[in-house]
Amino acid sequence: MEELTNVVDWSRAQFALTAIYHWLFVPLTLGLGIIIAVMETIYYRTRSEKWLATTKFWMTIFGVNFAIGVATGIILEFEFGTNWSNYSWFVGDIFGAPLAVEGILAFFMESTFIAVMFFGWKKVSPKFHLASTWLTAIGASLSALWILVANAWMQYPTGCEFNPATMRNEMTSFAAVALSPMAVSKFFHTVLSAWTLGGAFVCGVCGWMLLKKRNYDHCQRSLKVGAWVGVIGIVLTMITGDTSAITVAKYQPMKLAAMEGLYKGNHGQSIVAFGILNPGKQPFDDKDPYLFDISIPYGLSFLATHDFKAFVPGIEDIINGVTYDNEGNEINTVPYAERMKRGHQLQEMMAQYSAVMNGGNTMLTDSLKAAINADFKHFGYAYLDKPEEAVPNVPLTFYTFHFMVTVGGYLLLFLLLALLFVYKPQILNQAKWARWWYILAIITMPLTYLCSASGWVVAEVGRQPWTIQDLMPNKVAISDLSAGYVQTTFWIFAVVFTALLIADVSIICKQISKKSLTDLDIDNDKK
Amino acid sequence: MTTYNLLQNYWWFIMSVLGALLVFLLMVQGGQSMLIHYAKPDKRALLINSMGRKWELTYTTLVTFGGAFFASFPLFYSTSFGGAYWLWMLILFSFVIQAISYEYRSKPGNIYGSRFYDTLLLVNGIVGPVLLGVAVATMFFGAEFTVTKSNILNVQAATISQWGPHHGLEAIANWRCLLFGVMVFFLARTLASLYFINNIDDDEVNASQRHLLLVNAGVFVPLFIAVVVVILTASGVAVDDSGNAQWVPYKYLMNYLSMWWALVILLAGVVLVLLGIGKSLIKADYRRGIWPAGIGTVLVVLTLFWVVGYNNTAYLPSLLDVQSSLTLRNSSSSEFTLKVMSVVSILVPFVVAYIAYCWYKMDRRRLTTRELDDTDHKY
Repeated sequence: MEELTNVVDWSRAQFALTAIYHWLFVPLTLGLGIIIAVMETIYYRTRSEKWLATTKFWMTIFGVNFAIGVATGIILEFEFGTNWSNYSWFVGDIFGAPLAVEGILAFFMESTFIAVMFFGWKKVSPKFHLASTWLTAIGASLSALWILVANAWMQYPTGCEFNPATMRNEMTSFAAVALSPMAVSKFFHTVLSAWTLGGAFVCGVCGWMLLKKRNYDHCQRSLKVGAWVGVIGIVLTMITGDTSAITVAKYQPMKLAAMEGLYKGNHGQSIVAFGILNPGKQPFDDKDPYLFDISIPYGLSFLATHDFKAFVPGIEDIINGVTYDNEGNEINTVPYAERMKRGHQLQEMMAQYSAVMNGGNTMLTDSLKAAINADFKHFGYAYLDKPEEAVPNVPLTFYTFHFMVTVGGYLLLFLLLALLFVYKPQILNQAKWARWWYILAIITMPLTYLCSASGWVVAEVGRQPWTIQDLMPNKVAISDLSAGYVQTTFWIFAVVFTALLIADVSIICKQISKKSLTDLDIDNDKK
Repeated sequence: MTTYNLLQNYWWFIMSVLGALLVFLLMVQGGQSMLIHYAKPDKRALLINSMGRKWELTYTTLVTFGGAFFASFPLFYSTSFGGAYWLWMLILFSFVIQAISYEYRSKPGNIYGSRFYDTLLLVNGIVGPVLLGVAVATMFFGAEFTVTKSNILNVQAATISQWGPHHGLEAIANWRCLLFGVMVFFLARTLASLYFINNIDDDEVNASQRHLLLVNAGVFVPLFIAVVVVILTASGVAVDDSGNAQWVPYKYLMNYLSMWWALVILLAGVVLVLLGIGKSLIKADYRRGIWPAGIGTVLVVLTLFWVVGYNNTAYLPSLLDVQSSLTLRNSSSSEFTLKVMSVVSILVPFVVAYIAYCWYKMDRRRLTTRELDDTDHKY
């Protein structure tokens, strides 16, 4: 059992490591992709060589970043098979389809047109080139769409039914999978947050250049596009974040409770604006969940339901299977202890089904299959040892959620300030306090990355222990490997990715700090 | 034949097309393995930039091959990837280091120096084709695994697919699998020479590549003959209508004979490959050898996939429990999923068309040192 626990932990660690590294590069690809496409559009319309130089400058950074994103991405796809083999069979019928569509429709588009984008300046017409740049950006977003559809399905399994003859889930509606509310909100929230990161990245780089008193015109042009993409990105990220919260409240109430450190729910539930959790707090003890908190009355009820008076269940309510409707009537959901019991019953029915499925008694097999599918939402609970095992890591979910929200709010102010520079360019280089904005822009860059990663931590840690919500816990999803094997590959990945990241950052820094950016507007450096 | 069986066969056909294209595109890896032959920076740059513009196509085909396998035959994905862990991990590592090497090698600030990245390209150029060949060879010669779907109900040991203790290393040590892998490696090098002759306009590179073509084709052809003999004399797993599997001697030979059209295509493919190689060696001004050889390669690999999957054959025989062997019938996705993906696959010709159009535009003129000097973005 200890060996099993180790394999699960190391497999999770390896997947988390790969995903976090991958997500360091993907949002910049998505955000910068749009930014360079807009820049090239301006060049196409104005035929200004300076806009061309600015476009190519950001394209070089895009290329360096894109390569390492691709490198880390291939590992993620194959890790579903190498480290999560049971998962691959149990849901491959549904999960594999978006990955295949991603490959056919998005990857080829991206990889073909990125080659035209980089090498086709003198080989294809300007219009064809511009179209290629846009198609590269669209291909990247399409790729994100399909992988996020797959991820959303893990959070909210829909459009499928369990087939006891094959011991797996099978798709019944592709539309339900691709257009589930979770998939739609996840796609827009994620891609738009990447626009924000792209905008903040451009601001950060320009902040550094301006601090060094160089490339004024280039920065002016870059900020004009970067700040707008960033502002549009952050505003829409906030709007889609609101939709995401409602979706999570509806389909993953335990995650929402963990995000807020909420153990006992209330009508008109307040939201914690700032708080420090009590580290010793466990479900069903009498301890206060917070050592310190500043809360906004009714905030969580409104966030989760758009109704100030609505009941938001806490961790203990969910375990006990209790919630309330808007009229205050108690609604009994299924308590976790009962779900565990029903999960065991399902396993017995499945074993019975296996025993009789080749016997020709279709009436019996049909009735068993119907009974299994009627209760299948409880299947994963059979693998839990106790109800509390279904509670995610509350401190990690709570702090990353609050960090994400706080930095998100700050980013709105910061990017609006960047827009001010765009329309009041004299401030950019003359106001004394502008220097502080340059420094702020540099600091904001890593903050935005942390904010973006925090969003994923909330999404993934908040749904633990499930690989597939309610259907398959991590410990059942893994491959038949020893912990030592996975540990070895984990460390190899850690070393390789870190070495590549160092090279990536170094190349980008070198590109930014080149003193002879003559193409950009060195004449203006004396300003 | 039921609709479901037709869809399973259709998706195996799609997999065979993706697999065949992947093997053809491994010419990029073959080219990388030739970097040791070029010490002069300008010639090396020509080779790297010629391949560098295509590496993503190979990479994307590999990723799509994996994704399509996951979607259409998830039990293979679950069993082979999770089981032959070291084999697949080594393949993945070799492709990870490739992805960044082109982009980083000539960039200022790359820390480790261009030689380091060239070494990574070399490693991928050798390890990638050999191990991918080994992985494909397990489809013919079997692997040490069992599949028990009801294990999912065992709370303490729920893993469905279980593999032998060496987790893929035993496949690398198997001489038949290794022979297959080395053959793929020399095929990749042969195709790379033909590609360089076609894509690079440089007399020195042209002359050296024709010499390398002679050497590599000289190794590849005997290896290919050896692999064909080994496959045709090997036993395979046949499956009857009720799903019972058993080992049958000369299964793949019998498949070629019963699917005579596959045999015809195999022979046509071999002729085309030999034509591409032979004509390029004989005629000093002939540059189009990559086309017949490339098409021939695709045809040959297609038939290999067909004889290993069609005609009631297990495409991944189990050496531990023959009934666990994977077939198109017991490892595929559901009929509904295959139908949905078949609708998506209608777009494949459109995808192929825009890829072909773009590369037609990009490759109209062969690569020269002068073009590299005039290019902003180069490797």
